[in-house]
Amino acid sequence: MAAHRCVSSALLVFLCVLSVFTVARSQETTPPGGHGAPATDGPQTVTETTGQTAGQPAAEERRWEATEVKEATPDESAAEEQEAPAADTAAPSAGPRPKDDFQEELVIRPLHSGDIYASFQFRTLWETDFTRENKVSHYRLFPKSLGQVISKFSVRELHISFTQGYWRTMQWGQPYQPSPPGAELWVWFQDSVTDVDGTWKELTNVLSGIFCASLNFIDSTNTVQPSASFKPLGIVNEVTDHRFLRYATLPREIVCTENLTPWKKLLPCGSKAGLAVLMKSEKLFHSSFHSQAVHIRPVSPTSWELRQTLNVVFDLHTSGQGKREWSLFKMFSRTLTEACPLASSSKIYVDVTDNPQGEQFELSPATPLLSQEVVLGDRRTFSVYDLTQQITFGTVRSLNLLIRWKSSEGDMLRPLLHGERYVAGYGLQTGEIHTLMYNYHPYRSFPVLLLDSVPWYLRLYIHTLTVTSKGKDNKPSYIHYQPSKDRLRPHLLEMLVQLPPNSVTEVTVQFERALLKWTEYTPDPNHGFYVGSSVISSLVPSIVAMDTNITQERPLFSSFFPCKEESSYFVRVYTEPLLVNLPTPDFSMPYNVICLTCTVVAVGYGSLYNLLTRSFQIEEPSPGLAKRLANIIRRMRGVPPL
Amino acid sequence: MLILMTLFSSCLFVSSSNIEDNVGNFFSSGHTNNWAVLVCTSRFWFNYRHVANTLSVYRSVKRLGIPDSHIVLMLADDMACNHRNPKPATVFSHKNMELNVYGDDVEVDYRGYEVTVENFLRVLTGRLPPSTPRSKRLLSDDRSNILIYLTGHGGNGFLKFQDSEEISNVELADAFQQMWQKRRYNELLFIIDTCQGASMYERFYSPNLMALASSQVGEDSLSHQPDLAIGVHLMDRYTFYLLEFLEDIHPASKTNMNDLFKVCPKSHCVSTPGHRTDLFLRDPGSVLVTDFFGSVRKVEITVETINLTSPIMQTEEKSAAYGDLQKETYSFSDQLPVSEIIHQKPKQKDWHPPDGFILGLWTLILLVFFKTYGMKHLKHIF
Repeated sequence: MAAHRCVSSALLVFLCVLSVFTVARSQETTPPGGHGAPATDGPQTVTETTGQTAGQPAAEERRWEATEVKEATPDESAAEEQEAPAADTAAPSAGPRPKDDFQEELVIRPLHSGDIYASFQFRTLWETDFTRENKVSHYRLFPKSLGQVISKFSVRELHISFTQGYWRTMQWGQPYQPSPPGAELWVWFQDSVTDVDGTWKELTNVLSGIFCASLNFIDSTNTVQPSASFKPLGIVNEVTDHRFLRYATLPREIVCTENLTPWKKLLPCGSKAGLAVLMKSEKLFHSSFHSQAVHIRPVSPTSWELRQTLNVVFDLHTSGQGKREWSLFKMFSRTLTEACPLASSSKIYVDVTDNPQGEQFELSPATPLLSQEVVLGDRRTFSVYDLTQQITFGTVRSLNLLIRWKSSEGDMLRPLLHGERYVAGYGLQTGEIHTLMYNYHPYRSFPVLLLDSVPWYLRLYIHTLTVTSKGKDNKPSYIHYQPSKDRLRPHLLEMLVQLPPNSVTEVTVQFERALLKWTEYTPDPNHGFYVGSSVISSLVPSIVAMDTNITQERPLFSSFFPCKEESSYFVRVYTEPLLVNLPTPDFSMPYNVICLTCTVVAVGYGSLYNLLTRSFQIEEPSPGLAKRLANIIRRMRGVPPL
Repeated sequence: MLILMTLFSSCLFVSSSNIEDNVGNFFSSGHTNNWAVLVCTSRFWFNYRHVANTLSVYRSVKRLGIPDSHIVLMLADDMACNHRNPKPATVFSHKNMELNVYGDDVEVDYRGYEVTVENFLRVLTGRLPPSTPRSKRLLSDDRSNILIYLTGHGGNGFLKFQDSEEISNVELADAFQQMWQKRRYNELLFIIDTCQGASMYERFYSPNLMALASSQVGEDSLSHQPDLAIGVHLMDRYTFYLLEFLEDIHPASKTNMNDLFKVCPKSHCVSTPGHRTDLFLRDPGSVLVTDFFGSVRKVEITVETINLTSPIMQTEEKSAAYGDLQKETYSFSDQLPVSEIIHQKPKQKDWHPPDGFILGLWTLILLVFFKTYGMKHLKHIF
């Protein structure tokens, strides 16, 4: 009977298996059709962008050549291109406009010292409105972690940067996005925030989790509220109230792969496709300067812009090989095979201004696209590689840019503004901070805003503040000083100084070092304590007319700082951070003191106590055995013992 | 024909009983998720090997399936991007730079000065400030198997954190008891690679704890091999052989704890590794290594068909709502408005009641006035 039941169950199982197989085979054929049905914006936008890029490369080429021929004002030359950042312009093609847009760029600038400067720019533009109360729940290209941070903490602008190394302005020129060594965070909050300090503290904790950095060390002892620097970089609709601005730096913060990993994960294509494929940590951190930053700001009432920038300067000598030759493979140990499919534009710009006829260096593979941009007050010429075109990759299907130098002559245009800072003095009690600002313009003077944030344990004596240029006293037209409170807030000094042409301005202030409490020292106090960099913001006169038209499409690296007038451009220079030694106690002292005290007490007091309290008695030595027996017999006899 | 059918049915019967055995194995451990807390407590460049120890355990644990969100990695100093490192962004475990345990995808949760005894105990017991991000929390429940790995410099009954503080074995045992009372773990494996490491697990008294140490009380744990190019010792012996053992483990391997206890015998390690299993309820021979080092998912195969609901349509935003916004003018602000800055009104200072000094000064003035001119003027004033 059991066997009979077994046979029937086996037959049933066999039939079930057969039916499952037939059902599965039929299901395999339906999914390709099924995925087409849920019609979101996804497939439509992909076809749109490919349609646009396919239909317009010929028009684009013509447009690039037009800019080269017409050397007149750059305002008229560049024509309108596809997605414009302002919400007012209509979509060029029929159908729903994509809600967000992603562009990527790589700018390569050979430096005169033989090094090479590579700057990655990634921009995600998102049409949404956080200020309205509707909850945003659909994130496509804009990373969800940052979107939630912005809406939860009512952030209007967020700028965070992580830098390793110091930017040498005199050898390398000006960077496209300046940043100080360590970590820097400055945030503009919305007007609706009631407790800015509490929100700031929570925001720093959340960001420390997102970027794997110890940003939770930002508290009231290193946060300042500048009153004139760090104006918003996005759009505003009213006079800015500096009550909603907070600025903090952590000069000690280390940048390593654990900060790069979450930064790469914020990109739509991650590190799998497009320009982000080049970001390999072993090469990026083996460099003279490495800086990665995230900038979020509103660029129109309904759209937000997220910019991720990575600036790196590779050193000629540490990367091996004496001869001066740079290629993508030598810099990043990778080559490019495709653009990010989600990007609407993916380009590489190589600065060839110093090489108009190709006599200084040779760039291969050759490209017909040239572009002229006004950036950092100068008109530069760039060779452009468009990665969305299959022809850029050639027959080998990979792009490895090669720059080979033939001659190394010519010198760099000297940057107009430069800053330095150092500590003078001797000993561990007092010292003097000197900040030098150099104006290299031959005949123009310009105003400069200096922001200094000094920790409370360096007590500044503001009555010793002197500002001298060319030997004479130079009175600042605006000074804002907020003194420190011990263990609560740092010093804040902001000054607007007019720098005379071709001069050095020196700002000196004396300070006294404080003695910290025993528990406030770091585990390695003999390393020293860091003082954050000074920030020098200025409107520097430019050589060529700057472009003030904001609706025009420009490459990302030239449109970071908004430009209000044509004759000057905004520049921010960071000085070196200072490393100051505070009077450090000997931390083995508690142990030493306990040992010494216990020894003194035991030996000294113990002996004294014994001497005073011990009583002495004279004791007969015990007699020998014979004598003891004799004493016993004598006692029995009643005679006194021996 | 009938013989064939009987043979077929018997085969099915045998295979079905095997499936039942495997299903039984699935639920023998009783845990549903895995967590790991990996701590390196030493600072300074010459303690490179402790960071390499922790990173090699991190690498094995990630490789065997525990995701970053379930790993709390604490490194007290940065060796990879240290300026003394001749190959930046790398931490090697074998000489001649064979294996880079730092990798390209590492997420360190607590780094630098954040690695303190207080933060470590707060992570274990879950008593963290409310604004701590998720990646810094140990969000385990009563069905979690937790692996805790500590390395650094230690002594008889204590472990040194960053050259400035220490954690004692009593504190650690109490923290584990708190975890047990709050039902924060199902089973816990504690591995420690320091000098006299066995003293750290002497005081445990909570159930379901298994502990491994690299040396007994009175013995020092030694380091493995220096690399002449980097200039420091790269790994400690116990963790070196532990890494070698773990490299052979894959997510489906059936190696059990008895094999783990045999890692690094005295001939290799010079010190005597020890272990403690008396508080553990199951027999160590039935505990798989992947119960703690890996995160084996329980998979249920279903043959039912599921109907998808209608596709999600995006609702079009009302463009009329933006009309009122555009009435306000928006523009980019001036980055350095010199005239505005110079003519900035000074901030209204909050009124404070007069200070003690001012009050004293006025009292003195009044006293002197009335002393010279006599008290009869008082009634004219009051």
